[in-house]
Amino acid sequence: MSGEDFVARLKKRFGAKIAGANLQGVDPWIEVTPDGLVEVGEYLKAEPDLRFDMLNCISGVDYFEPDAKKASKAEWQPHIEVVYHLSSIAQKHTLVLKVILPRWKNNQPGQLPEVPSVTGVWRAAEWHEREVYDLSGIMFLGNPDLRRILCPEDWVGYPLRRDYEMPLEYHGIRGR
Amino acid sequence: MATYTDDPRIVEFDVRTDEMLVNMGPQHPSTHGVLRLVLRTDGEIVSEVQCHLGYLHRCAEKIGENLTPRQWIPYTDRMDYLAAMNMNLGWSLAVEKLLKYELPPKAKHLRVIIAELGRIASHLVGMGAYGLDLGTFSPFLYAFREREKLLDLFEEVCGARLTYSYLTPGGATADLPQGWLQKVEAFLKQFEPVIAEYHALLTTNSIFIKRTCGIGVLPPEMAINYGCTGPMLRGSGIDHDLRRDGEARYTDMYDGYAFEVIAQKNGSYPRDHVYPAVPPEAVLGDCWHRFYVRMLEVVQAIDLVRQGMERYSTTPGDWGQPIKLSTKLPKGEAYLETECPRGQMGFYLVSDGSAIPWRVRARSSCFCNLSVASELCHGCLIADVPAIIGSVDIVMGEIDR
Amino acid sequence: MAEFINSRLISTLLGWFNVDALPADHWLGFVLAGLVHTVLVIHVVAVGALVFIWMERKVSGRIQDRLGPTRVGGKFGWLQTLADGLKLITKEDITPANADALLFKLAPYVSFAASFAGYLALPFSDGWVGHQVNCGIFFIIAIVGMEVFGVILAGYASGSKWSLFGGMREAAQVVSYEVPMGMCVLIPVVICGSMDLITIGQMQAGFFTNWILFHDPFAFVVFWVYFTCATASVNRAPFDLAEAESELVAGFHTEYSGLRWSFFFMAEYGSMFLVSGLAAILFFGGWNGPIPIFGPEILNLAYTDAEIAAGTFRLGGYIANLAGCVNFIGKAVTGVTVMMWIRWTLPRLRIDQVMTTCLKYCVPLGAVCFVGVVGWQWAQLWSPNDLHPQQARISVRERGLIDRPVRTEGMARRAEVVKKAAWAGSVPVQAGETR
Repeated sequence: MSGEDFVARLKKRFGAKIAGANLQGVDPWIEVTPDGLVEVGEYLKAEPDLRFDMLNCISGVDYFEPDAKKASKAEWQPHIEVVYHLSSIAQKHTLVLKVILPRWKNNQPGQLPEVPSVTGVWRAAEWHEREVYDLSGIMFLGNPDLRRILCPEDWVGYPLRRDYEMPLEYHGIRGR
Repeated sequence: MATYTDDPRIVEFDVRTDEMLVNMGPQHPSTHGVLRLVLRTDGEIVSEVQCHLGYLHRCAEKIGENLTPRQWIPYTDRMDYLAAMNMNLGWSLAVEKLLKYELPPKAKHLRVIIAELGRIASHLVGMGAYGLDLGTFSPFLYAFREREKLLDLFEEVCGARLTYSYLTPGGATADLPQGWLQKVEAFLKQFEPVIAEYHALLTTNSIFIKRTCGIGVLPPEMAINYGCTGPMLRGSGIDHDLRRDGEARYTDMYDGYAFEVIAQKNGSYPRDHVYPAVPPEAVLGDCWHRFYVRMLEVVQAIDLVRQGMERYSTTPGDWGQPIKLSTKLPKGEAYLETECPRGQMGFYLVSDGSAIPWRVRARSSCFCNLSVASELCHGCLIADVPAIIGSVDIVMGEIDR
Repeated sequence: MAEFINSRLISTLLGWFNVDALPADHWLGFVLAGLVHTVLVIHVVAVGALVFIWMERKVSGRIQDRLGPTRVGGKFGWLQTLADGLKLITKEDITPANADALLFKLAPYVSFAASFAGYLALPFSDGWVGHQVNCGIFFIIAIVGMEVFGVILAGYASGSKWSLFGGMREAAQVVSYEVPMGMCVLIPVVICGSMDLITIGQMQAGFFTNWILFHDPFAFVVFWVYFTCATASVNRAPFDLAEAESELVAGFHTEYSGLRWSFFFMAEYGSMFLVSGLAAILFFGGWNGPIPIFGPEILNLAYTDAEIAAGTFRLGGYIANLAGCVNFIGKAVTGVTVMMWIRWTLPRLRIDQVMTTCLKYCVPLGAVCFVGVVGWQWAQLWSPNDLHPQQARISVRERGLIDRPVRTEGMARRAEVVKKAAWAGSVPVQAGETR
């Protein structure tokens, strides 16, 4: 469900909000800008021939190499991706959306990058966004209950960031 | 508060009980592990349920970023530990998808046999534990009696009884042992009549029907919206099963197998076997239907195992050697979902070209299924909370990963 | 017994010290006699619990395709409960910080004492009773109802929300089930015209057709209502809402440990036996076996009314009573076993369904059956029961109420039996018949 025609159709409708696409890989994906995400999501869900009514998964992927030697060889600039896996129960097809964000908002470490929440489109997003927030450190604006879900509420740091370091000690429990 | 003092009549007519916050879990007999539910109750009536997860969180995804795909297989075992075979299968398929690895046909049939036996084993626990949630103990032991025999079979195949690590990228760690298929056939033959026992004790038991019919009704739209999958989704009457509707790499395995998706279509369930009738009190999408779908899937799995055994024994060729431990993954990413007993288990892996994946992600079926629980429990009685949570059939290892 | 202690034992003792003998009705004798009876009855409860807990393990094991205990005490694990008891005694006795300590500690005793006090009026055989109360049924029903106070106290005093839920559920449930249970118990009372459990038992002497269960269809139905209500009022599955382990962790005894916890269990098993025993007396002929081997019809060994009245001792009568006791315990144990069987088979009902069962099914059924039985009695329809000689005895007491030809016919039948027995050798004298 992500051929050239489909990307062209989306581009025609949303213009610059469709930032790009990769149709070559095993799983082709379409990149959406953060401000267009909800709009695109609603369109994908409502359009009768698309009907992406189920949000399977949201994943945060951190592209960052803490090792300076390896980092110089990396083909990408440090960034973080939020990947949305969608599928349609009615039409039996799938789609991958991506939102590419800076690792930190305004390049200031500690300030979480922001992306609008799609909870209004798919309710399944609520817990998935909480998980991505918890583990990858991405702020979902508009999520009704954005708390840590798997880690304790007073946990420091975002474990699935590549530069995460396990705390030495947590409430008297040795960490490393 | 001001209104209370202003008008004494309000005080008089506003006599009501206080709401109480009750912690159900993490040490509670019927939260299936270490789930914590915070119930806001007014007497026996539950007005709000909030789930607190993470008591079993091990960050398996982070571990996966430091291991090769085959090394990560044991960690998938520990996700849904009741259906570890199916977890192995899901991860193996996702890795194979990224590798664009073609399995020998015999390996596919082997995987069908193993996966469907795993489904039976898992649903047996789900069924027995649901009996426990409703306060009857015996079906649990009847279920475990049969599961033990299945575990013996699995033990013979891979040496483990719970965390198998049997199916790996490339096929399986070993071929099925000599004479094993006959033992499976013997097991199935003696297992089939036992299902009637379960139906008598649970499915058609009038107290069971009273406790489950019309409780926790999950409308189909809500099920889809919350990302519920597996028996949850099919129990709501949605005809969706990845074994038929999934990705080609997965449906290939079931290519040519005769099976119907277990869901109520046009008001009736598939009639390929004799099943007990749906009671008139049952509402589509309630706890009873979810339970019923599981029971029917067990019968269907028996069929699939038989078909798989026939094909396996007639297909020539290799059973599928596992890939090398240090196989380099091609650059790129792959996401694949499989139909596990509890729903669609998805694995996502991103690779930067080395043997160790850059990022591993497990999409848990129970995680999404449980997210709807607070919606279902709204306004029910305390006794219904275990009934609803039990009908979701959660495994905390998979939710917390 | 009290007279015996006073006039023989104590007076002899005092005689050694040259002190005046006590009068036969001195209070000391009554207290000592009461103690002896109490010790005997307490052992019925304690040993009963021992056996029943072992039985519950065995029954549940067999139902669940297991063996149950097999090792403790040699074969069959028959000392398993003792081992359990030892374990419970050695456990730490914990009172939660939040608990109301006094009430928390008091609750198991209240529960146990109530369940145990019911045995005071429960006859184990003809005349074998702690104390013959002329309103025995009333006494037992009232005392068993007291057990709920222990549970409510435990629920309230534990300082745990789950316990509180358990206690409140128990309160609601038991109070509701007292109503239909009272109605069911009333029916044998109406048929027999007495509240004395011994009288009710004696009236069902003879073949099993004399059991009140077979008196008429209504009585037959009402037994099942009684059994349902009894199961509910002693908190057994599927009505074990107060301790629903899958919902309320362990309900009212969540916070209890060790011996206090085991007191609740003893109370539960005690009440189970009590209500089953009551069912045996009210519906299944009490200590009378299905075939009256010791009765005047066959061996004619049992005590006659006159002998009972005179308090004479005869070995044959004693053996008959012993057999009656075995009979009674067998019937009651059957009832307990059925309760276990139900527990290990059925899922638990929800609280609203439990209340519905009580108020929508048990109460109307009980009421209809009550009216039905009264109508049956009034119309004097045919009944397999042959309670008539004793009925005649009642008619003496309540003259004018029963003075119909059917009764005299029954009396004639009974007289014939007695005549045959007289031909066989001895002459039983029926107190009522001679008048």
